[in-house]
Amino acid sequence: MDPLLALATVLPLLMAASISALNIVLRGQRRVLDAAAIVTGAAVAAILAVITVRTTGGDEVYWFAGFRPSHGIAIGIDFAVGPLSAGLACLAAVLVAAAMIFSWRYFERVATYYHVLMLTFLAGMVGFCLTGDIFDLFVWFELMGVSAYALTAYRPEERGSLQGALNFAITNSVGAYLSLAGIGIIYGRTGALNMAQIGRHIARSGPDRLVVVAFVLIITGFLIKGAIVPFHFWLADAHAVAPTPVCVLLSGVMVELGLYGIARVYWSMFGYSLGHRAVITGTFLTLGLLTAVVGALFCFRERHLKRLLAFSTISHAGMFLSGIALLTPLGLAGPAISVAGHALVKAALFLCVGIVLHRLGSVNETWLHGRGRRLRVTGVVFTLAALGLADLPPFATFRGKGLIEATGSSHGMALISAVFIVCSVLVGAAVLRVAGGVFYGLGDPPSEDPQMAAEASEETSETDEAKQRTPLTMIVPAAVLALGGLAAGLLPGLGSAVQAAAMRFQDQAAYNATVLSGAHVAHPSAVFPPEPTGITATDLATGLGSVAVALLLAFLALYWQRLPLLRRGFEPGTGLVQPIRRFQSGVVNDYVTWIVIGVACVGGALAFTIR
Amino acid sequence: MQFFPFAVMAWILAVGLYGIVTSRHLVHQIVCLIVVQSSTYVLLLGVGYRRGAAAPYFYDIPVHTPAVDPVVQALALTDVVVEAAVTALLLAFAIQAQKRFGTLDPQELVQFKG
Amino acid sequence: MTPAARRWVFLAGAAGFAAFLLWGLTGLPGFGGYPGPYGDIINRVAVAQTNATGVVSAINFEYRGFDTVGEEFILFTAAIGVATVLRHLRGERERAARDGAMDRDAPPVSEAVRLVSLVLVGPVFLVGWYLASHAQTSPSGGFQGGVVLATGFVLIYLAGEFLVFKRISPVDITDAVGAVGAGGFAAVGVTALAMGLPYLFNFLPLGSAPGAVSSSGTIALISFFVGIEVAAAFVLIVSELLEQTLLVRQERP
Repeated sequence: MDPLLALATVLPLLMAASISALNIVLRGQRRVLDAAAIVTGAAVAAILAVITVRTTGGDEVYWFAGFRPSHGIAIGIDFAVGPLSAGLACLAAVLVAAAMIFSWRYFERVATYYHVLMLTFLAGMVGFCLTGDIFDLFVWFELMGVSAYALTAYRPEERGSLQGALNFAITNSVGAYLSLAGIGIIYGRTGALNMAQIGRHIARSGPDRLVVVAFVLIITGFLIKGAIVPFHFWLADAHAVAPTPVCVLLSGVMVELGLYGIARVYWSMFGYSLGHRAVITGTFLTLGLLTAVVGALFCFRERHLKRLLAFSTISHAGMFLSGIALLTPLGLAGPAISVAGHALVKAALFLCVGIVLHRLGSVNETWLHGRGRRLRVTGVVFTLAALGLADLPPFATFRGKGLIEATGSSHGMALISAVFIVCSVLVGAAVLRVAGGVFYGLGDPPSEDPQMAAEASEETSETDEAKQRTPLTMIVPAAVLALGGLAAGLLPGLGSAVQAAAMRFQDQAAYNATVLSGAHVAHPSAVFPPEPTGITATDLATGLGSVAVALLLAFLALYWQRLPLLRRGFEPGTGLVQPIRRFQSGVVNDYVTWIVIGVACVGGALAFTIR
Repeated sequence: MQFFPFAVMAWILAVGLYGIVTSRHLVHQIVCLIVVQSSTYVLLLGVGYRRGAAAPYFYDIPVHTPAVDPVVQALALTDVVVEAAVTALLLAFAIQAQKRFGTLDPQELVQFKG
Repeated sequence: MTPAARRWVFLAGAAGFAAFLLWGLTGLPGFGGYPGPYGDIINRVAVAQTNATGVVSAINFEYRGFDTVGEEFILFTAAIGVATVLRHLRGERERAARDGAMDRDAPPVSEAVRLVSLVLVGPVFLVGWYLASHAQTSPSGGFQGGVVLATGFVLIYLAGEFLVFKRISPVDITDAVGAVGAGGFAAVGVTALAMGLPYLFNFLPLGSAPGAVSSSGTIALISFFVGIEVAAAFVLIVSELLEQTLLVRQERP
């Protein structure tokens, strides 16, 4: 058992505690704190990168306090790590390090609290990815949550800050408690908390009512975290007010962790037992596609830059869930690659928005029109990242999306490709419109939606000092991340390597054997066979074509006022999304109502079909 | 009697959620969130109970006496601490709302919508 | 949604949700019929393996000690979060604090309350200490003891001595003490790592008699750290909340 696995979680916890213990001494030493946090993030990223590469040959299991399982019964807690888990955790650490570098010149007056909270956030995310025990998963989920709530409310002077933090905290807490109820129920049946042991126990008997209910309840918390319709309302509120480095983490990796949780719980515990793959695919594919469309429509309508990016995250989360819902190895590999690309590109976009906020003091797209012209480097980075978000080949986002579409088509669901193209066009057009309008002054300012203008102009600058030049510590991480998204897509053999990892992730029997008996399984077998992962000419053509359409749509969005024919589509207050905009009401009571309805619907769908 | 505690759990959960949904006062909403979590205590402890068994503390009783499940008690303990932590944080938000904006009505705190 | 519409929509959804939940709960073994095996195995082996007769504490600090590390840090993070959200914001200044006769929201303390609180402070600290140090023997432990210790501090406030309360629990020190507790727990595990053992392995001598105060190895040590951390976290939270209510005023424009 390699201590590196434990250190990945313990290191940020110890550093957070040390910083806090020495807070009287360190209070004024900004540079020391920043350096400590950056070094910790980088160290954890390095550890996890090593683990990711090492586990491509076989999952590693670490038993805490030395309590190994005997006769297939586990009495301790374990970390069960494969390349997908470790890779996602590594991504989280990379983003934390980038956010901390960005924060170097950010909040000018801050005590030790910010650094401590970011480090505990990192620890929660890493623990969540690596653990193999269902209650431990809940504990890290809550640590992640509490740190995120506090960070979102970091500037409580603004009304929206409290709205965002409260909505975030209440909805996600309700989700966590529902998941805990599910954990209690499955414990009542199996008398175990280890995922492999539970999986083995319930696989012996077929699906019954208790398993279905436990599954739906546990999934609910992750659906809420993953911002899937109708559990998604909190994300836009939280993003609008969280400080930029925190937004990077929320959108880049925390939402994706919710989707990882769903995949993990399904393939480690419930997969064999539930059966009825068509029903599972149907239910979650519907949710995923609905989320993708709703997110894309709202994204195109937004004028508040951070909320715009938040809705695009919701749209992508829907796409990731659609891939996972297909239950094929390629359906899991596609989102894995896409998550990596999306995280890097989205982080770069948020950091650029942070620079805009720092230099120009606003996130209102209408007000900012043309004012970003002097931010030349930022403009280039933003445009590059925007193209990445629009799924331009060869970004990793393009690769991942292509794999999901391929597996969808080969299983007879060409609808997926169509929906993905529409969503990707809408989201791409929105960010490209921002790039063209804000950084290059193209076209006319988007017409003022009075309500949105009021929201966006209330945003005050997050930093205090004079803003003549963009500090290097802000622009370099953004540029590196954007280029990283591009480079990740160029890695040779990425598709097949990730698909192999996905196959092992989906092989429940192999997972159980590895965890409970220490067996080494050389050739994992998933329910569905692996599929070809190469990029065809059609893929490239479709990808370039959709980006071209996105550019066209962005162009139209900027110049529509000069073409009276288009007024109807682009006038604020009209369009497809207008009737459903009022659902995003900002009141947490409504959000919790939708959560209850959502659980009832998902539960009903599974209850009536799986007996 | 065999099912009653679990029915109670469902009731408490429903009541807590109803409170959150119909509330116009932040502190009331936060307390309803506590109620929602209390339902999980009932569930956990109910699942681990064994009729006629002793508490799992073997200081005064011989080691092999049948005892109830200690694991759910440990889980419930963890649960309580988590709840206290989240509640404290939410109450801090509520204090800020009252101090800064003079209101504890969630509907009046809305700045972003649509 | 309007409040009335919301209520009806919720009731419809809740009916479906409740039906679904109850349908699943009927699949549980009946109340009183715990099937095992996790709890039964631990009940059987815990005393022999750890020399601790308090099995729940043994689970919390040894078998599932890693969960407890996470949970402790949740409490620590929440205390930091409360301090963050309520930190001294621009535009506020502390009203000059006057002891004993604070008019806003705090009625003057009655002599009876004052006397009883002051008398109880000592015994409460003692009980808290007892609970925190006997995790391995009886139904007690770091969490319970820490909360009772925090209550002792709060009694000082109740006795009307808010300034004394503030002076003995300044935010920075309490923060640091809580961090020492949380970090200490994590560090105990790391010490095991440094010895080449798995994280949180019980490497201290287990003592001779089960259930003695000095037995059970790291369980007693961890319980001590947890007690410190929980006490500090709760004192921090309560003191921050009280400070906001009693001392801080919005600066008039």
